[in-house]
Amino acid sequence: MAEDTATASAEAPEIVVDERREELRAVFVAHLGDAVLDSVIKPGDGLWIRVATDAWAEAGRVAQDKADCKYFDFLSAIDWLPSPYGRYEDSALDVPFPPPMPERSAAVPGYAGGESRLQVLASVAKTGTDLRVLLKVDVPDDDPRLATWIRTYAGAAWHERETHEMFGISFDGNADMRNLYLPSEFEGYPLRKEFPLLARVVKPWPGIIDVEPMPGDDEPSEGEGTEE
Amino acid sequence: MTLTDAQQLGYINAQAADGRVNVELETDDGMVLNMGPQHPATHGTLRLVARLDGEQVTSADVMCGYMHRGYEKLCEVRSYPQVTTLVNRIDWLGSFANEVPFILAAEQLMEVEAPPRAQWIRTLLFELSRIANVSLFIGDLALQLGAQTPAFYAFRDREFVLNQIESVTGGRFHPNFDRIGGLKDDLPKGWIAETKAAMVRLRAFCDEMEGLVYGNEIFQSRTRGVGVIPAAIAQSYGLSGANLRGSGVDWDLRRDANVGLVYDQLDWKVWTHPDGDSYSRCWVRLQEVREATKIVDQICDGLPSGAIMAKVPRIIKVPAGEAYIATENPLGQMGYYVVSKGDTGPFRVKIRSASFNNISIAPWLLRGVYVPDIITILASLYFILGDIDR
Amino acid sequence: MISLSVLGVELAYWQVTSLRVLGVLLAVVLPAGAFVYLFLFKMMSFMQSRLGPMEAGPFGSMQLLAEVGKFLQKEDIVPERADRRLFFIAPYIVLASTFLLFSVMPFGPDVYFTNLDTGIFLALGLSSVSVIGILIAGWASANKYSLIGGIRAAGQLIAYELPMVLAVVGVVIQAGTLNLQGIVAAQHQGEIFGFSGIGNPFLLTQFVAFGVFLVATQAELTQTPFDMPVAESEIVTGYMTEYSGLRFLLFFIGEFATAGAFAALAATLFLGGWALPFVSLDDNAMNFIGPLVLFAKILMVGFLIFWARFTFPRFREDQLQAFAWKYLIPIALINILVTMILKVAF
Repeated sequence: MAEDTATASAEAPEIVVDERREELRAVFVAHLGDAVLDSVIKPGDGLWIRVATDAWAEAGRVAQDKADCKYFDFLSAIDWLPSPYGRYEDSALDVPFPPPMPERSAAVPGYAGGESRLQVLASVAKTGTDLRVLLKVDVPDDDPRLATWIRTYAGAAWHERETHEMFGISFDGNADMRNLYLPSEFEGYPLRKEFPLLARVVKPWPGIIDVEPMPGDDEPSEGEGTEE
Repeated sequence: MTLTDAQQLGYINAQAADGRVNVELETDDGMVLNMGPQHPATHGTLRLVARLDGEQVTSADVMCGYMHRGYEKLCEVRSYPQVTTLVNRIDWLGSFANEVPFILAAEQLMEVEAPPRAQWIRTLLFELSRIANVSLFIGDLALQLGAQTPAFYAFRDREFVLNQIESVTGGRFHPNFDRIGGLKDDLPKGWIAETKAAMVRLRAFCDEMEGLVYGNEIFQSRTRGVGVIPAAIAQSYGLSGANLRGSGVDWDLRRDANVGLVYDQLDWKVWTHPDGDSYSRCWVRLQEVREATKIVDQICDGLPSGAIMAKVPRIIKVPAGEAYIATENPLGQMGYYVVSKGDTGPFRVKIRSASFNNISIAPWLLRGVYVPDIITILASLYFILGDIDR
Repeated sequence: MISLSVLGVELAYWQVTSLRVLGVLLAVVLPAGAFVYLFLFKMMSFMQSRLGPMEAGPFGSMQLLAEVGKFLQKEDIVPERADRRLFFIAPYIVLASTFLLFSVMPFGPDVYFTNLDTGIFLALGLSSVSVIGILIAGWASANKYSLIGGIRAAGQLIAYELPMVLAVVGVVIQAGTLNLQGIVAAQHQGEIFGFSGIGNPFLLTQFVAFGVFLVATQAELTQTPFDMPVAESEIVTGYMTEYSGLRFLLFFIGEFATAGAFAALAATLFLGGWALPFVSLDDNAMNFIGPLVLFAKILMVGFLIFWARFTFPRFREDQLQAFAWKYLIPIALINILVTMILKVAF
C-alpha cells in the first residue's frame, strides 16, 4: 500500500489511481452489473461499494468467491437520522422530551451515497493483503429486512444478531435472532438515533467543552469554535 | 419523563426474567450444564450453556452481554478526545492498543499526521500493551489447565511491563495517553534503559514458560489436536490475531496493512503455525511476545528525536467523512469505523473488536468435545469480556 | 494396651481409650496441619515467588488456626433441593476412612493402635471407603457440577486403586508378610548384596513400585495433575461446590489427612517406616523416636506429592483412565513378575 501510493503521489499529486482497488471494484461491477449503485475509492486506503438491496446476498457471494475476499471482518449498520437529542451538551431542561423528530434530507451524506435512513455496512478482506471492501446496502425504511449472509460467511451470524437488536433490522434466513447483549424482553433499538441515552437525559453531561485559549496560542480558524 | 420510567422498569423486569432462566435449564435430551456468568473459567461474565451427553458436549451456546456497556452509543455523545477514555476499557489488559486505531482513524479524517517520534512511541507502547496482555494470557492458560504456578510467574513478570507503561502514561491499566496528532507526553528520563532491562526479563519469562508450560507432556496432550480450526473456517468466522495465524493464515495487519505506526521500519517476523489446534494458537502467542520484546528493543535503539505533537486545533472538529482503521491488537484485529459529520464528536462509531469474532466460533468449535476441552478451547481462543461486549 | 506398656504405668480401660482417641487425633491432624502449613502455604508460596501468610504469628504459623476459625464461623448452607441427610453425613464418611487408615499404622515397636497380620490389606481396603463419601456428596448436593465431580471421582479412585494394590504386592512379595510391622522389620533386617548396614529400604529394590504407588497416591488424593474431580476451572471444585463452613473444613482436613495417611503408608512400605538404621528394633527409645522418624519420612513423601501438585497441569478424564490402564497397571504387573522371579532365584 505504502509504495504505490507514495510513488503515484510523487508523480501525479492530483490524480492518484489505486489500481489494485480499481481491479477489485471491477470484479464487483462485472458480476453484479447494475446492482452496484455507487462506489468510492480512497487511494491506498479503502473501497466502498453500495449495492442494491436485492443483491445483498449475491454481493456476499461475489465478495467471497470472485473477489477472493474470504475474510469476514464485521457487519453493522448506520442510522443516518440526525439525533433528535443533539449531543446532549445542552441541559436536559431545555429540550422537551421526547423531542420532535428532526427532518432528514433525502440523500445520505456518507461515502457511496444512499437513500434510506438505515444502511447496513459490512467489511470483508483479503488475507495477506491490505485489500478490504466495505459493502453498503440501503435498508427499506418501512420494513427493515435484508437477506442473510450466514450461508456465505459463517461469522456473520453474531453480527446480524447484534445488528438486529441494536437497529431492528431483520435478516431473512438467519433463524437465530435472539438478543446477544440485551435482556430478551428489552424494547427498542438502542443504536437508533431516536433511542434516548437515558443516563444523559436524567443527568446532563457536565463536560461541555470549556477551553481557555493558551497565552500565545493563536489558532485563527477552527480554534474559536464553541459548542453549538 | 414517562418514557424513561417505563423503559427503566422494562429493563429491570427483563433482567429479572433472564435471571430466572439462569437458575435451571433442564431438558429431556441430556443434561444442560450452565457455565457462568460466574464461573472461574470465563474470565469475567461469559455464559456458556452446554448440552451434555455424559461428558461430551452435544451442543453449546455462548451468551454474552453481561458486561455490555454500550460504547458505540456512548461514543456518539462524546467529543473525539473523550472517546479514548471509553475505548480504553474495551480490552483492559492492553488498553493503550485500544486507543491507537481510533486515534488513527480520526487523524486520517482530519488529514493530520503525528510526528515521527510520536509514531515510534505509539508503536512502542502498542507493543508493550501486547506484552502485558499476552504474558498474562500464558499464565492464565496454565491456570485454566490446572497448573497454578505459571499464573503467578505471569503476574510477577507482567509487573515489569506495567511499571514501564505506568511511568510513561501515569496509568497502569487505562493510560488514555494517545492524542489526535501525537501523544500527551514524552518519555521520562532513564526510561529507555529500564525498558530494555524489562525486556530481558520478559524474554527469560518466555523461556521459562516454554519449558514449564509448553514443554509439559500433559499440557501438550491437553491442547494438541483439541479445537482444530481449518483456515477456511477461521477466515469465514473472521478470527484474527493468533487464532488466525495459528490456523496457518499468514496475515498480520502490522506487516500487511500498516497505518500510522512504524512496523515497516523494523525488523521482525510474523509467526504462523499450520496445525490450527489449541496448542498452535498458544504457541503463536508465545512467539509474538518474544517478537514484541525485540520490536521494543529496536524502537528503544532507534527512537528519533523531535516533537511529539502535530499542530492540531484546540477544539477538534473532524471533517465529514468515513474511515475504517484496523490494527493488530493483542487479541487480534481491532478496528473503528468512524463516521463524521464535521462535528466535535463522531456521528457513529462501529467498534470491531477481536474477541467478538473470536468467540463467535465457539458454538461451532465446542460441538462434540469433552467438558475439560471446553476450558482448553475457551482459554486458547483467548477472549476478554470487555472486548466481546464493548 | 500393648501400646501403652511403654509408659510403665497401668491405666484403666477408659483412660487408655481416651489416650488412644487423643493419639489418633494427633496422628491425623498433625500431618494434615504440617502439610497445609509447610507445603500448601509456605512451599507453594516460595515456588510461586511470593511470601505466603506472614501476619498471623511468626512466619504466619498461626494462619492455620485462623483458617479453622474462619471456617467454623461460616454459615452452614444446605442447598434447597439437597438430600439433607446424605449431604450431612458425606464429609464424615470421608473423614472416617482417613481415621481408620491410621488404625493399622505402626509408629514404633510398641506404638500402634492395632497390629493386624493383614494390616496393609485392611489399609488399602479402608482407603477406598472415601469414594462412597465423595459419591454421596456429589449426588446429595443437587448440583450438576457436584454430580459430575462425584462421578469423576468414583471413576478415578476405582481406576487407581488397582495400580496401587499391584504396587504394594511387589513389596509384600519381597517382605513375605502383609503385616506392616513385619514389613518394617523386613526392611530393617534386610541386606543389599550382603551389606546390611542400613538394612534394605524397599525403595532401593522396589523403586518401580514406589513410582507407581506415588502416582496412584496422587490420583487417590485428587491432587494435580489428577484433580479433575475437584477441577476448579472446569467444574468449580466438583463435589465440594455446595459445602461451606464446618463441612467444607471436614473435607479439607480429610483431603490433607489422607495425604498424610498415604505418605505414612508410602514411608512404611518403601522408606523403612519408623525404624532407624543401626538402632535395634526392640529398643524402647524407638517408641519415642519412631513416631518422629516416621513423621520426617511423611514430610519427605509429602514434599514429592505437593511438588508435583504445584507444577503440573491436569489431565483430561479419558487421558487419566488411559494412563492408569495402559501404563501404570502393566508396569505394576511386570514389576510383580520380576519381583517374583528374583524372589525365587535368590
